Amino acid sequence: MIHSLFLINNVGDLFLEKHWKSVISRSVCDYFFEAREKAVEPENVPPVIHTPHHYLINIYREKIFFVSVIQTEVPPLFVIEFLHQVAETFQDYFGECSETTINDNVVIVYELLEEMLDNGFPLATESNILKELIRPPTTLRSMVNTITGISNIGQTLPAGQLSSIPWRRAGVKYSNNEAYFDVVEEIDAILDKSGSTVFAEIQGGIDACVKLSGMPDLTLSFMNPRLLDDVSFHPCVRYKRWESEKVISFIPPDGNFQLMSYHVSAQNLVAIPVYVKQNISFFESGPSGRLDITVGPKQTMGKTVECVVVTIHMPKVVLSANLNATQGTYNYDPVTKVLMWDIGKLNPQKLPNLKGSLSLQSGAPKPEEIPNLNIDLKIQQLAISGLKVNQLEMFGEKYKPFKGVKYVTKAGKFQVRM
Amino acid sequence: MEWASQLCENRGLGSKMTDSKYFTTTKKGEIFELKAELNSDKKEKKKEAVKKVIASMTVGKDVSALFPDVVNCMQTDNLELKKLVYLYLMNYAKSQPDMAIMAVNTFVKLVEDQGFLDTLKDLISDSNPMVVANAVAALSEIAESHPNSNLLDLNPQTINKLLTALNECTEWGQIFILDCLANYTPRDDRESQSICERVTPRLSHANSAVVLSAVKVLMKFMEMLPKDLDYYGTLLKKLAPPLVTLLSAEPELQYVALRNINLIVQKRPEILKHEMKVFFVKYNDPIYVKLEKLDIMIRLASQANIAQVLAELKEYATEVDVDFVRKAVRAIGRCAIKVEQSAERCVSTLLDLIQTKVNYVVQEAIVVIKDIFRKYPNKYESVIATLCENLDSLDEPEARAAMIWIVGEYAERIDNADELLESFLEGFHDESTQVQLQLLTAIVKLFLKKPTETQELVQQVLSLATQDSDNPDLRDRGYIYWRLLSTDPVAAKEVVLAEKPLISEETDLIEPTLLEELICHIGTLASVYHKPPSAFVEGSRGVQHKRLHARAGSGESAENTDVGQTGPSEAPSAVIPSQGDLLGDLLNLDLAPPTTTIPSVQPTMQMGAMDLLGGGLDGLLGGDLGGSPSMGAGLGVAPAAMPATLGGAPAVGGGLGDLFDLGGGVGMPSGSYVSPKTVWLPAMKAKGLEISGTFARRSGVIQMDLSLTNKAMSVMVDFAIQFNKNSFGLAPAGPLQILTPLSPNQTIDVSLPLSTVGPIMKMEPLNNLQFTHRQIHVHATQELNATFENTQRDRGNCQYPLSLLFVEDGKMDRQVFLATWKDIPSENESQFQIKDIHLNSDAATNKLQGINIFTIAKRTVEGQDMLYQSVKLTNGIWVLAELRMQTVNPNYMLSVKCRAPEVSQFVYQCYELVLRN
Repeated sequence: MIHSLFLINNVGDLFLEKHWKSVISRSVCDYFFEAREKAVEPENVPPVIHTPHHYLINIYREKIFFVSVIQTEVPPLFVIEFLHQVAETFQDYFGECSETTINDNVVIVYELLEEMLDNGFPLATESNILKELIRPPTTLRSMVNTITGISNIGQTLPAGQLSSIPWRRAGVKYSNNEAYFDVVEEIDAILDKSGSTVFAEIQGGIDACVKLSGMPDLTLSFMNPRLLDDVSFHPCVRYKRWESEKVISFIPPDGNFQLMSYHVSAQNLVAIPVYVKQNISFFESGPSGRLDITVGPKQTMGKTVECVVVTIHMPKVVLSANLNATQGTYNYDPVTKVLMWDIGKLNPQKLPNLKGSLSLQSGAPKPEEIPNLNIDLKIQQLAISGLKVNQLEMFGEKYKPFKGVKYVTKAGKFQVRM
Repeated sequence: MEWASQLCENRGLGSKMTDSKYFTTTKKGEIFELKAELNSDKKEKKKEAVKKVIASMTVGKDVSALFPDVVNCMQTDNLELKKLVYLYLMNYAKSQPDMAIMAVNTFVKLVEDQGFLDTLKDLISDSNPMVVANAVAALSEIAESHPNSNLLDLNPQTINKLLTALNECTEWGQIFILDCLANYTPRDDRESQSICERVTPRLSHANSAVVLSAVKVLMKFMEMLPKDLDYYGTLLKKLAPPLVTLLSAEPELQYVALRNINLIVQKRPEILKHEMKVFFVKYNDPIYVKLEKLDIMIRLASQANIAQVLAELKEYATEVDVDFVRKAVRAIGRCAIKVEQSAERCVSTLLDLIQTKVNYVVQEAIVVIKDIFRKYPNKYESVIATLCENLDSLDEPEARAAMIWIVGEYAERIDNADELLESFLEGFHDESTQVQLQLLTAIVKLFLKKPTETQELVQQVLSLATQDSDNPDLRDRGYIYWRLLSTDPVAAKEVVLAEKPLISEETDLIEPTLLEELICHIGTLASVYHKPPSAFVEGSRGVQHKRLHARAGSGESAENTDVGQTGPSEAPSAVIPSQGDLLGDLLNLDLAPPTTTIPSVQPTMQMGAMDLLGGGLDGLLGGDLGGSPSMGAGLGVAPAAMPATLGGAPAVGGGLGDLFDLGGGVGMPSGSYVSPKTVWLPAMKAKGLEISGTFARRSGVIQMDLSLTNKAMSVMVDFAIQFNKNSFGLAPAGPLQILTPLSPNQTIDVSLPLSTVGPIMKMEPLNNLQFTHRQIHVHATQELNATFENTQRDRGNCQYPLSLLFVEDGKMDRQVFLATWKDIPSENESQFQIKDIHLNSDAATNKLQGINIFTIAKRTVEGQDMLYQSVKLTNGIWVLAELRMQTVNPNYMLSVKCRAPEVSQFVYQCYELVLRN
């Protein structure tokens, strides 16, 4: 199972190590550094690295490499999933998962790692259980701890861990009982030069924030459940009822969690909310080029498209950009060669346009590669797949909870080829 | 629950240990007090006492005087107390080794007492799903370190328990249970269907590791379902969406998923055939994801989606990443070869790419166009002119070699082929071997096509290849051509310009047996590396190979035809992989450099090799081999100068045949079956040297084939082996021929001839062989810059098949056979049944003959074939046998008669072994 964990920042400093079995010398990371160097970009480091006696499985999150060492045959996905959960737990506890926060909370980090993995085997990875064992840091608590010397470890073993519903603790009590659901959909798409769709799909998820007393048993139903043919559920969801009745029946964990994620596949028609007219050209004569981009709304179901940002990774020879934006602001970073145009709200009457010239390194050949456009956007109160929640019912408890559902559509990996 | 409660206890231990009360100041006579407490009857008091002892130990006080008392506390069922004692032991074992030995006995007792394991096994049936999952995890871990202990005996009842626990335990527990389920072999298709039905919901789990483990179980058990079952189709449909969903996760997860999908689409292309688009590459995917996606795109390419795929690939060819662009261009070529209808489109796409003049794109395109030419000869020659324009920009060996091949192959259509090739010849010695070989061949082809204008050129290249080169491959090929051309140009034409076997569409498909094994390992490291676990996982699981179980009832043939329709067809015999085999090599199809480097051959060796080739020709040409100019001049008219007695072409042909045999036949024992190597001496026992081996009888010589693998950190030299006395006097006929030192992680294969004249002692079992192996470990130390050696001797044990001792002249005269059969008393007769053999009597006869079991007579009575057979052992013992087979019944009856009845059992084993393989 998982032997050790090393945390390495993106400069290559090893700043934390944890061993669950015997200590493995950190020199094992040399193999990782070698691969890291070979990959040039940190994103390109292969996830599984083979060394003579160990396997290094790593993930890259928030500019930190989580490098785990294993010695025997362990399913790599098992390790990768676990590492992602570690990263998420850090995020959950410290607000963000960065080298600074980890160093600031190093005691809690070690406590968490010790609880999450026992002799290499995952033990308590559910956020609810962890929070009962190790209380998240607050300013007040850390002060009290420093003065009194009391640790922030819970004195009792969480009751939920051994029950058949390990995700919920017993004896939850709230004065305001509320349950909110966010239906978040992301569009992954590739559009070609002419604007037609090469590939598009929707990744959706329902994030829940449930603060209900006691042991509520919830049932969520949809107006159009047939849209969902490919779903992944939180362990709390009763799969049988979904299979037979297409409703989501569950005893919720306490607090924030992702109830389900779904995937509307490429075979269904996916509405594309914006179109892009773009033109980029580099002149054979003289070190310059032209750029002209217009963005407009397409299938938006009558909603406003907000927070539109266009990002272009320019070829290396582009030195600077002299452009004129009719709306929003643009910024060209000559180091990373990224042109970012922050448009904001899309006005269908007056389409935003970015136009101007690019200056290239003199003497360099005309760039061979053609840049791609990345688009970010947000549409409130719309799930682009058309998914609608019908109702939420609660059983098992007497009180009347506040209920609410919000929809939002975002761009995921939304790319336009130029 | 016990498991869980132990967990709680551990935790309690952790929190209480921080208490400071144990560290209070010493009182007088403390040791004495502790001693009394340690020997107390009350468990609580004992525990407290041990804690106090440990506390004293931690602050550095000497409490070793309490050693016997503390050790006594070890015999308890309280886990906490036990752990505390271990803590104490660990500390004092280092400083007081003498006392520690006293504790060993207690440990031995604990280990022998397997009660702990039984408890674990019982816990599989526990009512708490978490306990079940943890028990499974623990048992799997133990089983991993002890491959032979049959800890997890799965039966329908335990499977049912596991499936129930599966629904309720944590995600990690689900992974353990699913991986454990995958090792189970269902009794029939009903059971496998019901397991599949209960595992399917896991495909909707949020944890991708659970999903992939579930996919593994389903892929494995699906094999047992009849294909016409409705459920089979439903299951296939259910598998696609979760696999697609895995691709929307983080890139690291995607990578592992893609490696596994790569296996799944090879095994069952139908699952994802409509999902091509999800494999389209996004420009900000990490490179490792991009390359994997590309690979799968090609595997899924079909006539239906080829247009889309090509448009995508063309798009990728303009990306920034050079590796990715190259692979994309290659992919276009593979599409052309795979989907015939698209070939024309692919070629025009490639031509478009060549027009971009981007150097590495052009080179890559030329390499793949060469493959397209090989697949569709005489179809796209019109593009050659365009290719020739780019001749000067080629700087990579592979592209140059490809271009030269094209020029040579189509020499008659390229007006200035000789000029082109000549231009390459100028820098012959600076070229890589690959290009040199190709150039040699191309010029010979050119010469055979246009003999009048190119004589000078061919002489030049032959002399360059044979005289000025250090490369044995190049020299050999040069000599072969030289001889061919000088003896019989017609034959040369037949050989060199022969019609080439077509290349197959899928060159990198994983070999079916490996694929089956890998399917059983979906989700593991093996599936990421596409290698069997035994190839890289250290020490664990030994040589446990997993196989898919064939579906009950329906025959394999049905399966095969099905695959033929859906996926890429199984290669017909005329089609060879484009990597080229030996035949391809001679036809100069291999553009890859030879993978094995042959040590430079001494001149005398060369002469020997030539004997093989030319037979008597050497006598004639020998003097000229030095390469006198007159030789070259004689080339064109060689046949006339050949004395008729030499036999000209046939001799050469025969010689070539020999050469083929030489290559093809090495390591392929003809006739008799040799069982695969098994581990005789595991690395753990022999300080890092693993010995595996098998026995073979090759043309009358008994050989022991050994593989020695160094799994230690030190270098090993000076190997020797010695046999103990054994039943048949087997002894090494010579020393172990290992001349090179064995460096860490290296494996050496060696064959040791054996004789049967050694000392004899009857062994139990009869065919047992004990041997002693010696090797010297060389440790290099950096500090002293010197080496240490120590000699290691290990005893190993192995058993050889008795067929090793069956001699070639074991065919008994019919009359003698009859007389002997009657002569041997019937109590010396043994009967055996050999089950489930589907061979007819002729096939069986042939197989048995391969191991020197000779059939003397055959009788057919009432649908029963009776074979009468005789065997002679090296020590002169005759064994007579009667093999009865019925056409309707797959079970054979074997009666063995022998004067030494103890061998009968082993003769039967040989029958069993050879008939089954």
